[in-house]
Amino acid sequence: MGSELAVLFRRRRTWVMLLALALIPVLVAVAVRISSAGSSGRGPAFIEQISQNGLFVALVALTICIPLFLPLTVGVVAGDTISGEANLGTLRYLLVSPVGRARLLLVKFVAAMAFCLAATVVIVLAGVLIGAALFPVGPVTLLSGDTIGSGEAALRALLIAGYVTVSLLGLTAIGLFISTLTDIPVGAMAATVVISIVSQVLDSLPQLSALHPWLFSHYWLDFADLLRQPIEWSSFGTNTLLQLAYLAVFGTLAYGRFASKDVLS
Amino acid sequence: MPEGGLAIQTRGLTKVFGRQTVVNGIDLSVPRGSVFGFLGPNGSGKTTSIRMLLGLASATSGEITVLGQQMPKRAGTVLPRVGALIEGPGFYPFLSGTANLRRLDSADRFARTSTRTARVGEALERVGLTHAAGKKVRAYSLGMKQRLGIANALLTPRDLIVLDEPTNGLDPQGTREVRNLVRSLTAEGTTVFVSSHLLAEIEQMCTHAAVMRAGNLVAQGSLDELRQAGQSRVRVLTPDPGPARRVLAELGLAVEVDADGRETHPLDGESVTAPLDAGNWVDGPIDAGTRTDRPLDPERIVAALVAAGVRVRGFAVERASLEDLFVALTGEGFDVAQ
Ligand SMILES: Nc1ncnc2c1ncn2[C@@H]1O[C@H](COP(=O)(O)OP(=O)(O)O)[C@@H](O)[C@H]1O
Ligand SMILES: [Mg+2]
Repeated sequence: MGSELAVLFRRRRTWVMLLALALIPVLVAVAVRISSAGSSGRGPAFIEQISQNGLFVALVALTICIPLFLPLTVGVVAGDTISGEANLGTLRYLLVSPVGRARLLLVKFVAAMAFCLAATVVIVLAGVLIGAALFPVGPVTLLSGDTIGSGEAALRALLIAGYVTVSLLGLTAIGLFISTLTDIPVGAMAATVVISIVSQVLDSLPQLSALHPWLFSHYWLDFADLLRQPIEWSSFGTNTLLQLAYLAVFGTLAYGRFASKDVLS
Repeated sequence: MPEGGLAIQTRGLTKVFGRQTVVNGIDLSVPRGSVFGFLGPNGSGKTTSIRMLLGLASATSGEITVLGQQMPKRAGTVLPRVGALIEGPGFYPFLSGTANLRRLDSADRFARTSTRTARVGEALERVGLTHAAGKKVRAYSLGMKQRLGIANALLTPRDLIVLDEPTNGLDPQGTREVRNLVRSLTAEGTTVFVSSHLLAEIEQMCTHAAVMRAGNLVAQGSLDELRQAGQSRVRVLTPDPGPARRVLAELGLAVEVDADGRETHPLDGESVTAPLDAGNWVDGPIDAGTRTDRPLDPERIVAALVAAGVRVRGFAVERASLEDLFVALTGEGFDVAQ
C-alpha cells in the first residue's frame, strides 16, 4: 500500500494535476479581486460573498471544479489503475510477485481515493489561503443566516472536503472497473470522464427526473447543505449511501472481470 | 520436497484463443536442478505456456504442477519461490532502477523488508547495473531494461527461475553474462526454465530441452537424449556411386538422392548417403561373445561395399546435430509458425 501511494505521488503527472486544481481558487480569487474594484450587484451568491469574506473562495472553487475538473483528474487516476499497469507491462510482474488480484484491486482503489481526498483538500486549502491573502476574513455568515467563528468555519471546510471526497467514491469505482476492461489507459480515462459528464447531463434533463436520485453525480453540489445551522445531514447520508451502492456494484464488477481475466499484456 | 522430482509438470496443457489453438495439449516434465531450454520459433506458443504456468492466463484445459503444487490454485504459495522474466521487462519509466525493484519486492509479502535494500543492491550487481541503479528507467537502453528484468527475478532466493527469451536485446557480452548467471544459479540449486527461439543459446547453457512447434511439443528430454533421437546417416565417398547405391539398397537402406549436395574432393569421387536408424545397430564395447550380428552395423556395411568391389574412399556415420534436429522439427527459415 505504501508502495502504491509512493508510485502514485512520485509521478509528475499527479503533481501537475494537483497543482492545476490549486490554481483554480487562485484564478477565482484574483479575478474577483480585480473586478470587484468596479463592483456591480450581479453574479452568483457565492461570488458576491467572496469580497466580504475570503473563506468563500474555497467554496466557489469547489463549485467550479466539481462538474468538470475534479472528474477529469479522478478519471485520469482511476482509469489508469489497472490498464496503466497493463500498458507498462508491470501488471504481470506484480501478479507473479505475487499480489493477489483482489488485493491489487483494493490497493488500487484506496490509492485512487487517497488522490480524491488530496485533490479536494488541495482545492479547499488553496482557496482558504488565497482568500485570506486577498480579502478580509472574519466570522462566516451561513446560508441559514447564522454566523459562526473561524474555528467552526475551518471544521465546516473539512466536512465539505470529506463530502466531496465521498461523492467521488462512485466515479472512482466506475473508473476502476473500466480500467480492468482494457490495456489502453487513455481509453479507460476518457471513458470514465465521459461517463461523469453523461451522468451530469442526464441529471439536468427534467424529463428524466425519476432517474435523477440514482445518478452518482446527483448530490455532487449539495455540499452546501453543510453550511446550514443546524447542519442538514440528510443529503450527506443519502449521498454516502448512493456512493456506497455504486462502489458495491462496480467493485463487484471489477473483481468479477479482473479475477478471471487472462493477463496477456 | 522430493529431491530429483519435477519442478514443472503439465498434462495436456491447452490454450485456445478464439478459434486458434495456441498451445495444444503439451506434457512438460522439467526435472529439478536442470537448466531446461524451451525452444521454438516465434509464435510457437512459448510465452503463452509460460503465462499459464505462472497463473497469468488460465488454461483452456489440462493440469499444471509447479514445485510440486497445483497451479493456479496454489499460486500464493508457489509464486514467492519463483522468479520470472516474461515477454520482456516491464517497469515504471518514471522511477529509478532501484525504486522499481523495491516496488516489485514490496509487492511480495514474503520478502523481508529489513533486507530489501541489500537484496536489491545485490540483484543489481549480479546483472551489472550498479552504476545505473539511480537512473530513471526511462533513460535505460533495451539491454539495460532486460538486465533489470533479470535482476527482478533474482530479488529473493528462488527454487525456480523462468526466463522468457532472456537474451533479447542483449549484446554478445550480455548474452555471455546471462549464460554465466544461469550457470551460477544452477550451482545454487535453482531450476532454470529458459525459453528461446535460438538453438545455439539453448545448446550452450541447457541440460534439458523441449521443442515447440505451432503449439505442439515435438521433442523433450536431456540434450543427449535429443541428440540420439536425431537421424544418423551413413556417408560413403566413392568414385563408384552407382554400385555403392545398389549395395546400400540391397542392405535395406533408403538411399538419398543428393541429400545435401555436399561438395567432395575430386579424388574422393561422389558422396552417397542413406539414413541409418540408431536402433539397427549398437555401438559401445564390442564383445564378440555376446554380440549378435546386425546386418546394419557400420562395419558390415563397409564389408558389403568392399565385397561388391566398390572403391570406398571415405566412410562415416554422421550423428545428427541438434541443429539438424531443430530444423527437422520446426522447419527452416524465418516462417512464423501459424
Ligand atoms: N492475446 C492473444 N490473442 C490471440 N492470440 C494470441 C494472443 N497472444 C498470442 N497469441 C497467438 O499465440 C501464438 C503464440 O504466441 P506466443 O506464445 O507469444 O509465442 P512465442 O512466445 O513462442 O513467440 C501466436 O500465434 C500468437 O499470434
Ligand atoms: Mg514469446
